[in-house]
Amino acid sequence: MELLTNILAAMVVAGTPLLLVALGELICERSGVLNLGQEGMMLMGAVAGFVVALTTGSLAVAVFASVFAGIGMALLFALMAVTLAANQYAAGLALTIFGTGLSAFVGAGFVGESIDGFERVAIPLLSDIPVIGRVLFHQDLLVYFSLVVFAGIWLFLHHSRGGLLLRAVGEDPDAANANGLKVLVVRYLAVAFGGGMAGLAGAYLSLAYTPMWTENMTAGRGWIALALVVFATWRPERVLIGAWLFGAASILHLVLQGLGWRASTELLAMLPYVVTILMLVLLSWNPARTRLNTPLSLGQPYRPGR
Amino acid sequence: MLLLERRPVDSSLMRWASPVLALVLTVMTGFVLFLAMGKDPVEGLTFFFITPISDLIGLAELGLKMAPLLLCAAGLTVCYRAKVWNIGAEGHFLMGALGASAVAVQLMDMSGFWVLPVVLVAGILAGMLWAAIAAGLKTHLHCNEILTTIMLNYIALNLLLYAVHGPLKDPYGFGFPQSVMFAESALLPDLIPGTRLHLGLAFGLLAAVSVWVLFARSFIGFQLNVVGQDQRAAAFAGFGARRLTWFAFLVGGATAGLAGASEVTGPIGQLVPQVSPGYGYTAIIVVFLGRMHALGIIAASALLALTFIGGEMLQIAMNMPKAVTGLFQGLLLFYLLTCDAFIHYRVRLRAPVRKPTRVAAPAATQEA
Repeated sequence: MELLTNILAAMVVAGTPLLLVALGELICERSGVLNLGQEGMMLMGAVAGFVVALTTGSLAVAVFASVFAGIGMALLFALMAVTLAANQYAAGLALTIFGTGLSAFVGAGFVGESIDGFERVAIPLLSDIPVIGRVLFHQDLLVYFSLVVFAGIWLFLHHSRGGLLLRAVGEDPDAANANGLKVLVVRYLAVAFGGGMAGLAGAYLSLAYTPMWTENMTAGRGWIALALVVFATWRPERVLIGAWLFGAASILHLVLQGLGWRASTELLAMLPYVVTILMLVLLSWNPARTRLNTPLSLGQPYRPGR
Repeated sequence: MLLLERRPVDSSLMRWASPVLALVLTVMTGFVLFLAMGKDPVEGLTFFFITPISDLIGLAELGLKMAPLLLCAAGLTVCYRAKVWNIGAEGHFLMGALGASAVAVQLMDMSGFWVLPVVLVAGILAGMLWAAIAAGLKTHLHCNEILTTIMLNYIALNLLLYAVHGPLKDPYGFGFPQSVMFAESALLPDLIPGTRLHLGLAFGLLAAVSVWVLFARSFIGFQLNVVGQDQRAAAFAGFGARRLTWFAFLVGGATAGLAGASEVTGPIGQLVPQVSPGYGYTAIIVVFLGRMHALGIIAASALLALTFIGGEMLQIAMNMPKAVTGLFQGLLLFYLLTCDAFIHYRVRLRAPVRKPTRVAAPAATQEA
């Protein structure tokens, strides 16, 4: 029981950065924009947060810095992919390559430094519930925040006018435009939100998960999150479950080693990526179903008619 | 008010001016960056762009870095022309290096002219195998190739790390995660004696020429172009999209695999964890910058090869972080895509009051 609780708690921690970035991308994709730059935005968020935390000593300021770094990167992407109607695949790739390079450059002087990251805070009463208390209510503030954001996004998408407008833009931008919606503004907001969330996910890595900075510390999480959104068929509740499942996959090697398994760490480190491919296979073999769930205008630039 | 307006015909001038413009903008940004860091910008840019290639040794190093970039880019050109978004050159490259090394280590005691070709073919096959996985996942299971190839890159890297920590580790290597040095018979011959430049560059140039022949002179190249530009038209013409996807992937895997094999049998001479500083990813920039054209990718691979050695030069000469290479590459690609928008669009000055009332819906549909 003790072991299971520990594993579940570690799973939630490992899943939180995925949850944050995937929720952001979910909103972005629901507006019809596919941003492949998650990895770049996360890395910029991670490095910005770490550098600010180290220089100011304030984790709160650091988190804001991360979010703004992510938004800044997202706006660059929006400039290319939304305003200039560039190919979204290429623009997203560019953002990832640019973010990887820029974050390594900014963080070059900070490799090897360390900070005091986010501590766990037990929520009174709730944290005394057996198992669930330790797993969900004895975590750091960013984990709680990820759950709040999840609830907010769920309500927004399915129970608010704003969510309806967002989905309208993603499904049929021409119809949305004809109804007087500003398609490009909605897309800008969605992309910026995605960027902020990716920045926050980066902050989680460099301020809570492993409070330090190393080049490429996201290790493909931005890409896994993109697969996660497909896996979740663009629904937030499935993103939540998926993120935690992927979290479990990424700590599996620790668990197995804890149980006395002797397998190569390098081989076990492949697991999250193998699982991602398997998930994609499971979900994509039926193209009709994928098409049914995908926001209809996903990946297509929109130019308002004149 | 500035207005973006679709050109009636795409601008072919802008198509080729855009990379130059992007380079100019990147250099200007670099200038500002050096100023902001309190360094002499002229000195910095000289160290980055000119010093590394001011002598024969430097030019040979440039060719050395060009080889893997050009090979990977040639394969990716075939993929991207057919709109197969293969991001997996890095993985093909690593598998090529791994496959070639595995065979080279087996053939340690052999001598003879046949050893090197066998080793190179092993690399090519390993790269093709890795590409075939992504191809199969795309054509038969409809998985998005961007995501699968990226995941396969990470898996390939971990496989390579496993190999150098495990089965291929040099038992007398003082515990370092690397293979034994290959036998002389498994090493690529040098092109220019006294430098590290090896036959790999010739492979790269050959690959670029082959790409030109493929698209300018062959039916399958034509089919690839059509599939890339209009999938429906290709289907009406009876071009098998599935077959073409496989072709593109296998070519991409073969060239990048050869690149990886050439790297371990060329300048390195053994398998090490850091066999690639990201050649497979940089090759993507090469393809876009080179306009998916043989001559273009040759020029672009030279420029991006320069960013690798320029970054090292800045590190030595001005104590700058080596990451300046990645920053430069990212900036270049970013500016390129921004400039590319003006191939299809032009900027018009227009007063906001003159904007006609919108009777938009049908027009907008046409636009989409």
